[in-house]
Amino acid sequence: MAFIDYYKTLEVDKKATEAEIKKAYRKLARKYHPDLNPNDKEAERKFKELNEANEVLSHVENRKKYDEYGENWQHGEQFEKSQQQRHYQGNPQQGGFDSSSFSGEGDFSDFFESMFGGRSSSSGGRRNAQFKGQDFNAELQLDLKDIYTAHKRTLTINGKNIRITIPAGVENGQQIKISGLGGEGSANAPKGDLYITFSIENHTNFKLEKHNLYSSVDIDLYTAILGGEITADTFDGKVKLIVKPGTQNGTKVKLKGKGFPVYKKEGEFGDLYLTYQIQIPKNLSEKEKELFTELAKLRTS
Amino acid sequence: MNLENLIPIPELCSHYELEMSFFVNLSEMGLLQITTFETTAYIDLDSIYKIEKIIHLHQDLEVNIEGIDVVFNLLQKMDSLQKEVIALKNRLRLYES
Repeated sequence: MAFIDYYKTLEVDKKATEAEIKKAYRKLARKYHPDLNPNDKEAERKFKELNEANEVLSHVENRKKYDEYGENWQHGEQFEKSQQQRHYQGNPQQGGFDSSSFSGEGDFSDFFESMFGGRSSSSGGRRNAQFKGQDFNAELQLDLKDIYTAHKRTLTINGKNIRITIPAGVENGQQIKISGLGGEGSANAPKGDLYITFSIENHTNFKLEKHNLYSSVDIDLYTAILGGEITADTFDGKVKLIVKPGTQNGTKVKLKGKGFPVYKKEGEFGDLYLTYQIQIPKNLSEKEKELFTELAKLRTS
Repeated sequence: MNLENLIPIPELCSHYELEMSFFVNLSEMGLLQITTFETTAYIDLDSIYKIEKIIHLHQDLEVNIEGIDVVFNLLQKMDSLQKEVIALKNRLRLYES
């Protein structure tokens, strides 16, 4: 557990006055408030740090204790004992803020917990708990193969198991909202919602753009020149293709409906684009060289 | 009228220690739609997320209602830009090996 320099967090001097600390906190809070920084984990973390620093530095007793023990805080036990009688009450004038849209709101660091024994005055004077229940956020990592078909998954959100169906074709970075699976609200208020963001990794040979898949297929020189039949991989199987005589390198063929499923449109698929890559033979035998030379001559004459 | 999807504003007022005038101002600003039924003012259940955001900005950061309007316009822009960035990043994957 590392020492935390709360003065540094609030960007103030160790001699800063109460007013200066309040001002610094307010300024930084305006910058990092979660309602102004949606989907920004870094800002969320920063905001929590600010609240913790403010919790310590804006309360006279806390600040005194922190200053006294500072980096030697581990020897602060005796101080702790003498303080136990006078259980700390937070000052409701000082603002601690609430983070409306993230789970695990307001957790304080281990350092804070060890020095001040957990959260002092709940959320340090946050004016009112939310009316609506807290929203939870979760990120779900999936493989591209997983989302080719709809499937069920069991997730554990805050100790509760929930079973959800992941529709086929969800996109990377897409967020879905599951109403009512967040925290409890106050008396008659609605529950919070659960937001799941999908992070899709692709370990296949196919590239995905929207609903279309892209891949390349090797064909040998002779098939390209003379035409023929080849077998190519699609995302979920194989397909036979007729290669026309005189096919050029880089030729693209479109296989309609062999792409990726379209999100929430059952039975609808994107297209698959295959690019032919013609393999030029290397390490020719003497006989081959002879024949190619002959072919070359036929072309130039 | 189905009251199930409505939240009475007086309930929010007492929860957040706010005056009714705050909500009226928001409504005049076009930030909030108020439905009145038998003398009680309600807001739509779905707008609670937005309203709580407004209240946080107002109470935590002391942003006035005009400021909140500006913030919301910028947040909306930010949201569409974030979506665009995700879409572009996903497209970019096509060109990266």
